[in-house]
Amino acid sequence: MMPELGKYAAEVLSAYGASLLLLAALVGVTLLRGRAARRALEETEAEAGRRG
Amino acid sequence: MSLWQYANPVKFLALSERVQPVLWALAAVFVSAGLTWGFFGTPDDARQGSTVKIIYLHVPAALMAINAWFMMLVASLIWLIRRHHVSALAAKAAAPVGLVMTLIALVTGAIWGQPMWGTWWAWDPRLTSFLILFLFYLGYIALWQAVEDPDTAADLTSVLCLVGSVFAVLSRYAVQFWNQGLHQGTSIPVATGNRSVADVFFYPLVLAMVGFGLLFLALVIYRTGTEIRLRRTAALRARMNRGA
Repeated sequence: MMPELGKYAAEVLSAYGASLLLLAALVGVTLLRGRAARRALEETEAEAGRRG
Repeated sequence: MSLWQYANPVKFLALSERVQPVLWALAAVFVSAGLTWGFFGTPDDARQGSTVKIIYLHVPAALMAINAWFMMLVASLIWLIRRHHVSALAAKAAAPVGLVMTLIALVTGAIWGQPMWGTWWAWDPRLTSFLILFLFYLGYIALWQAVEDPDTAADLTSVLCLVGSVFAVLSRYAVQFWNQGLHQGTSIPVATGNRSVADVFFYPLVLAMVGFGLLFLALVIYRTGTEIRLRRTAALRARMNRGA
């Protein structure tokens, strides 16, 4: 249940909204970049293996 | 067993694969618990009203913004002295995390400051040193991108990190140095233990601080693994191109 934030509701909610958005973006970008790097290395190692 | 064995990228990756599930889970639990307890389960402050709930974001983010730079400083010194590539990559991996933490601290501070101080921003010693720290993070990341040779980039960013450490220290101790400006002093002084935060606000704040610390650790270990893989891929590609 939402707490009563009174006259500062906009400030509190915008602080939480902005922070959680930034944290989510950081985690999301980190995971996507990590998966891409892992895939790129696997493909490159496979290619190097084929070439001997 | 020595800590230095994890300077070996293969051993570092093996360790990171083992510890990451636990770190991510603990970070999620502590961050969720601290923020949920702080937002839903704490009363308004007599003077600050409900804006006191911003403390559960502002303080942990500021704490990690400063400590991320100190972690980068230690990693940079290890690179400069012992030339371990993993330490240089760990510093590189930590910078965007520190940047976001600094941004959260600045944004939540401005949102909190407006109703309490009547202004979004003031050229207060702590606020100003934090803004400079933010600019140092941007410069550090830009320098890594700008220099093509990875070892030269690691050297130059390490020196920049040493210089920027002055502002990381100022961000932490500016209030004591100048004793002026709008920003209050430390609410939880570790040295004296005389905290000015009541228990009802303190316990969820501790949970949030531990959670942000664990999240930082999980992110940096994961991102360091990513940097190692990118470096390995680039090295393999260069070797194949030479052989072709």
